[in-house]
Amino acid sequence: MDKTVNQKAWFLVLPVFAIVAFSAILPLMTVVNYSVQDTFGNNQFFWNGVGWFKELLDPSSDLGERFFASLARNLAFSAIILAIEVPLGIVVALAMPRHGWTVALCLVIMALPLLIPWNVVGTIWQIFGRPDIGLLGYSLNGLGIDYNYVSNAFDAWATVVVMDVWHWTSLVALLCYAGLKSIPDAYYQAAQIDGASRWAVFTAIQLPKMHRVLLIAVLLRFMDSFMIYTEPFVVTGGGPGNSTTFVSIELVKIALGQFDLGKAAALSIVYNLIIIIVCWVFYTVMTHAGADRDNNPGSA
Amino acid sequence: MARIDLVDLAHTYLVGPDLPPEAYALKPVSMTWRQGGAYALLGPSGCGKTTLLNLISGIVTPSHGKILFDGTDVTQLSTRERNIAQVFQFPVIYDTMTVGQNLAFPLKNRGVAKADIDKRVAEIAELLDLTPHLRRKATRLTADAKQKISLGRGLVRSDVSAILFDEPLTVIDPHLKWELRSKLKALHRALDLTMIYVTHDQTEALTFADTVVVMHDGRVVQSGTPEELFEKPAHTFVGYFIGSPGMNVVPAQVRGREANVGGHVIPLGRAYDHLPAGAKIEIGVRPEFVHVAPLAPGLLAATIERIDDLGRVRFARVRVGDVKFAARMPPGLSEPGSQVGLVFEPARILVYADSRLVEGQALEKVA
Repeated sequence: MDKTVNQKAWFLVLPVFAIVAFSAILPLMTVVNYSVQDTFGNNQFFWNGVGWFKELLDPSSDLGERFFASLARNLAFSAIILAIEVPLGIVVALAMPRHGWTVALCLVIMALPLLIPWNVVGTIWQIFGRPDIGLLGYSLNGLGIDYNYVSNAFDAWATVVVMDVWHWTSLVALLCYAGLKSIPDAYYQAAQIDGASRWAVFTAIQLPKMHRVLLIAVLLRFMDSFMIYTEPFVVTGGGPGNSTTFVSIELVKIALGQFDLGKAAALSIVYNLIIIIVCWVFYTVMTHAGADRDNNPGSA
Repeated sequence: MARIDLVDLAHTYLVGPDLPPEAYALKPVSMTWRQGGAYALLGPSGCGKTTLLNLISGIVTPSHGKILFDGTDVTQLSTRERNIAQVFQFPVIYDTMTVGQNLAFPLKNRGVAKADIDKRVAEIAELLDLTPHLRRKATRLTADAKQKISLGRGLVRSDVSAILFDEPLTVIDPHLKWELRSKLKALHRALDLTMIYVTHDQTEALTFADTVVVMHDGRVVQSGTPEELFEKPAHTFVGYFIGSPGMNVVPAQVRGREANVGGHVIPLGRAYDHLPAGAKIEIGVRPEFVHVAPLAPGLLAATIERIDDLGRVRFARVRVGDVKFAARMPPGLSEPGSQVGLVFEPARILVYADSRLVEGQALEKVA
């Protein structure tokens, strides 16, 4: 199709560009500006070059040590919740009814945790887990399990992980359910005719048909869990010790607690880069998976 | 390999007591499918043929009646236990597998030895011209090729009770359609399998099957050889549906061995003295057995509306009063004018009471 070239169209993009400039580009430039300077307060800044970055990426320095430790915790956290939420979400999606009024009921129930704001989720679990007044904490201790997320690092991790699973498994399940719903009945009937076992139906039909939504689910959950801040901050405040201090919590401590703007800015930029790189990798993988299908002339 | 008996089989997708007859996708039917027969289930969309097929394969469990395979009740058995193969209207392929793995899937699931699987897959692939693609990913093929894989998966097991085809050639190119249908037919002869082929295309049904089962509105209206369906449709619907153009069905008063159509008397080949009282009486005659002739006294006068030239034969579309007829134009006759006479072959005229064929009494040979 021939399109007329009309440069005036750029004016239509201008308002968006202006908004993005104020909301994203300018703040980001400020961060870049801070990351190459040092200050002793009084609004006096000194050029520091890549000093903060060097320190940040040097594990033997205090900043580097804190950065790498929180990064490792964060990656471990993401890995754990993905390892739980993805298989669990698939199982839940498979168990959901496919016809009838129960479908709507299930969808609503599944969507409920997703509608709750992060800090409320944190508060719910913070109280739920308290050994003195929380139902969970009190019951566990009543059963003879010594559970206290304030003093025990393992308990703190378990609480944060279970909270995230409670909050976000629905998302994975709903995405998988959408993928499953798109499979025509003929596939199941054919599999039945072909004598496929339940497992064979899963591996030969359901999983391949779900693989694109699963990629999206993994991407969303990875991004979200990698940037997680509010929920663990409300529940554990990063403790006990530093055991649940993830990168974002560390960042806030440095930026607002110690007011080390240069260090925090350098950390922000590196944090941001990691996220962009991961996004790029996922995007490549996803478009590649899509191209696989588009090359196929017969596909509908 | 099995003989299939349907005993008072009926099915409704709705639940509840005292459902009206319209609620039934399949109205009660009892019939036998011979072991080794090639059957076609023919009928318009929504007539219940796919329901019947799914009942036989076990994808759907009937709400009433029984299905027997070689005398054994299989009504409650799963598809797997019935050992049925079925090919669907649209291709179903397993995305992650190669063409070869797709073909091997039904055998692998049943624990067939690897060597036997390979042999069988090679045979089927050869038959369907899939050999060059065996190692390719099945997702990358055309719709034609995908449907051939689906067909192949239906054919790959040699021990099945029956193979059911649910309009399998819908997505296939016309020239390939003909070729694949001939292959299925050849395969049927070679393997001695019961095959049931669902279609709404009469050419497909008549060329594939030795017995065609015609369905209409959830009912099996006739089951017979293509000749029987052509010469003695048991129901006016079969008359319309089979043949091109379909049978002429016109209201008439029938008394003894004469039919009165709009005041004109047509002699019949048989005597009908005991027609049910109060029934709607019609006579049916195939256009092949009505000839157009120059108007002459004693012939049913008709007005020609148009002439369809089908190549070897020509059919005239004519009108007698409000009734429309299709009639054959004899080869010699050209431009007979708009007013013509119709000549009927008495032996070919059938009588229907409430749309069902009535057998008349044979006439005694009187000198």
